[in-house]
Amino acid sequence: MENGRPAASEYFQRQVRWHPLEYAVWLAALLPFVLTPSHLSLASQIAITALFALSLDLLVGYAGLVSLGHAAFFGMGAYTAGLIAKHYWGEPLSVLLISGIFAGVLGYAMSHVIVRFRHLALIMLTLGFGLLLHEAANSASALTGGADGLQGFKYTSVLGFKFDMYGRAAYAYSLAVLFICFLVARRIIHSPFGLALRGIRENAVRMPAIGAPSLSHLRKAYTLAAVVAGVAGALLTQTTSTVSLEVLSFGRSADVLVILILGGAGRLYGGILGAVIYMVARDQFSGINPQYWYFWIGLLLVAVVMFLPNGILGGLSALYKKTQ
Amino acid sequence: MLSSLAAVLFDGFAYGMLLFLLSVGLSVTLGMMNFVNLAHCSFAMVGGYTTVMLMNKLGWPFFATLPMAFVTAAVIAVVLERVLYRRLYRATDLDQCLLTIGIVFISVAAFAWFFTTEQQSTRIPEYLRATLQFMGVNFAVYRVFLVVVSLAVTGVLIYSLEYTRFGAQVRAAVDNQRMARGLGINVDRAFMITFALGGGLAGLGGALAIEIIGLDPSFALTYLVYVLIVVAVGGLGSIGGSFAAAVVLGISDMAGKYYFPWLGAFLIYLVMVGLLMWRPVGLFGKR
Repeated sequence: MENGRPAASEYFQRQVRWHPLEYAVWLAALLPFVLTPSHLSLASQIAITALFALSLDLLVGYAGLVSLGHAAFFGMGAYTAGLIAKHYWGEPLSVLLISGIFAGVLGYAMSHVIVRFRHLALIMLTLGFGLLLHEAANSASALTGGADGLQGFKYTSVLGFKFDMYGRAAYAYSLAVLFICFLVARRIIHSPFGLALRGIRENAVRMPAIGAPSLSHLRKAYTLAAVVAGVAGALLTQTTSTVSLEVLSFGRSADVLVILILGGAGRLYGGILGAVIYMVARDQFSGINPQYWYFWIGLLLVAVVMFLPNGILGGLSALYKKTQ
Repeated sequence: MLSSLAAVLFDGFAYGMLLFLLSVGLSVTLGMMNFVNLAHCSFAMVGGYTTVMLMNKLGWPFFATLPMAFVTAAVIAVVLERVLYRRLYRATDLDQCLLTIGIVFISVAAFAWFFTTEQQSTRIPEYLRATLQFMGVNFAVYRVFLVVVSLAVTGVLIYSLEYTRFGAQVRAAVDNQRMARGLGINVDRAFMITFALGGGLAGLGGALAIEIIGLDPSFALTYLVYVLIVVAVGGLGSIGGSFAAAVVLGISDMAGKYYFPWLGAFLIYLVMVGLLMWRPVGLFGKR
């Protein structure tokens, strides 16, 4: 016992400590300002997608809750940000916060239902809630603009920096929000609460048996993921100044799942890596018909599930361990 | 008023029968083998395109193409089961979901590549296009035909799973795989045949669906939701449950479109979410 304790605490400290590679990743995130100043709007799209994937990672990767309807929260955040700007005020930071809270409230309400189910019922309920919200937004066209989307508002600047056509402020803003949310997520993952979540993922029956309030942990994780997804949605609205119905679509839920799995679920950088690869590839191949684009996505999914069960990051770390 | 109600009820019932044909295979494979196969409607699409190609390119009669639709879809289902699905029987739901969604994406793109994204159509025989009048209500012969086929399929399925040697083997393999193996039952073979049956039924459903709901490459995604609703609400592995759920879904969808068109699909999703919250294992599910 005496030998075990220092070893365990050392293990956890090593987990929490920043790895040199992590500094490198975040420094590299600044490179687009210098290297590709003409592609900054793509870069901000990537940052937003990465944030969305990070929020799904909290659910799928850490808590082990499958979700086929995560776009519900993204869309909630996006529409909240759009509606506030259209009817009330256009100060981005406060709107970002409110959008996150709105999405969080929706997530908290849904979590009471969702966390009680497993297997097919869970998949169907998340899918069902997502579709329900999509249909509701489509039907309530007086409020949301329906299939035409929400237009006629504009976010002009954040903290005095103007959103211009080069997207410099947009990227800096998205990256800053991504970084802050990442820090929060990183802190949560390495907290006892984060460990408990992983415990629930590994053995859902055993955790309550050793005294962890499994359902309330899952509810918290679900609400948290909803807040982050809502923030990501609001970011998209603020940097593009439109909201389309697509933010709530099943396609968006499926895309973000693909991105996360591709990068590596259950790893903080999985969603970020997946978002970079997916968005850059989609931008490069934007010439081909989206229908054929999905052929390659499908093939990639099958390959990842069959040969790289932990995604690209998982594969890389296994490779690294082998060479050691 | 009353005759329009009867017409909506009948059309909804026939539509429900179509949904039943499309989903009963999934109910069997998902319920029996516990494999979340989201690519089920891709099998239906294979059946549908087989019928279209055989009729329009080779001039086969409609009825001759139906067995071929069944066989083609069943063969493809078996190939996929052997090559991919088999390795994931013990994997998590998420992995099964992802693999099969990948297959859906591939199939949608591949069919769009080979057959374009146009709506496909066939010419069903003249005597199936007629309508019958009964008590002042029009019944389309094709819909009556659909109902008859579905009832026959239900009967055959229930008989073969409940009263034959093969059905007993499948149920034994599901209840306790190790015990079944110990008793000398070839579990792999039983599962393979079950899968072929599920895929084949989807193919048949896809072929019969062309006349009612059309066929284009997005079929695999559009009807996936309906099929999943039928299976989840009806209860896994319960053929009678799927039948009941399909009828309820078909009639409420048809009535919703007729009486509350502004609600769209909202009503259906609401009913599904409500039912699942009330009974997560489905109306007739046991586990």
